[in-house]
Amino acid sequence: MLSLLVQTGRFSLRVVHGMGGMFLFLLSALFLAFRRPAKIGLILYHIKTIGVDSLSVVFLSGFFTGMVMRFQGYYSLRQFNAESWLGSATALGLLRELGPVLAAFMVTGRTGSAMAAELGTMRATEQIDALDSMAIDPIKYLVSPRIMASLIAMPLLTAIFDVVGIYGAYLVGVGLLGVSSGSYFSGMESSVVFRDVYSGFIKSVSFGLIITWVCCYKGFHAPPMATGVSRATTESVVLSFILILVWDYFLTSVML
Amino acid sequence: MNQSRTELIVGIFVITGILCLGYLAIRLGKVEILGSGYVVIADFASVAGLKVGDAVEIAGVKVGRVESISLHDDRARLALRIDDSVKLPEDSIASVRARGLIGDKFIVISPGGSDKLLGLGGKIRETESPPDISEVIGKYLGGDLTSKSETKKGETK
Repeated sequence: MLSLLVQTGRFSLRVVHGMGGMFLFLLSALFLAFRRPAKIGLILYHIKTIGVDSLSVVFLSGFFTGMVMRFQGYYSLRQFNAESWLGSATALGLLRELGPVLAAFMVTGRTGSAMAAELGTMRATEQIDALDSMAIDPIKYLVSPRIMASLIAMPLLTAIFDVVGIYGAYLVGVGLLGVSSGSYFSGMESSVVFRDVYSGFIKSVSFGLIITWVCCYKGFHAPPMATGVSRATTESVVLSFILILVWDYFLTSVML
Repeated sequence: MNQSRTELIVGIFVITGILCLGYLAIRLGKVEILGSGYVVIADFASVAGLKVGDAVEIAGVKVGRVESISLHDDRARLALRIDDSVKLPEDSIASVRARGLIGDKFIVISPGGSDKLLGLGGKIRETESPPDISEVIGKYLGGDLTSKSETKKGETK
């Protein structure tokens, strides 16, 4: 009986300790990002690894998502003779939900896992301790530039995803299914308002923060051994996915 | 060399991303960077179903959009942003129409014949509210309902 209470207490303390550690990690990384000297070169390098290197995968997934949405929308809207709503359905779905979430998933899989593995290996090979002993703050040097870069790169990637998806849907709808291109674009333009674009933008920025925050934290605090690195990578990807979906639900219910 | 190559690639990426964002915001989100056009006001008894950003048309050609909807003396006050190239006579008539039975609502302006033109902040006095769909359907489907109400009116008289 007593041991059960002790077990529960130990578990709760560990959970609270972990959550507090994650928030302190984020706060210090954000705080240090605005302290001189600014690491412009590092931020640029990480925009390249987060944004440019994910471009191909975002391009492909955006294109196919748009095409699939088009087929699926055509299939269900045809039953009501409402094919002319395809444009607005595709654009709203991409802008509000699919664009930010799927682009964030792609970046998590493509870059977030690499981030966790990289930092975990640096921890295991004591490179982070070496930075510390040279009086270079490892959070400022390793984490802050990644967070800044993801805040810049994610909305841009999401915008590219949306545009590619809209044109992918256009190709399928107008080329294969024979919906008029005029009704596609005019339906889209009349139903999308700035609020939709804006809410997608807010979502993508917050997803960028979640991805780098979780992946850097997991990598940074990985147990210094080979299995520790692999577990940190897995945990960071899984936790990022879950947090992205939960946070997406909250943002949608607040901003709708 | 390596550094400048990174800068070049990132530059291309950022420009592409900003172009896409701009396309989404301006083409689809209809953000106006320069507030082109002028605003006229029109009061309606009802603008049910109309949204901010809906089209304003003359003879089926889009000439502007609904900028804001507010309540003024128990009537709906619309601010319509009209393109500069379109001049509206003072006695124009504005009406709310729908594309099809359940389609989007939009504003149709029928230009009048007056020599005086509406300027910035001018007011369209003559307006026509949309027909209430349920009323129309009731008239066609439940013809007895309207006839009953007519006989009741007759009785009270």
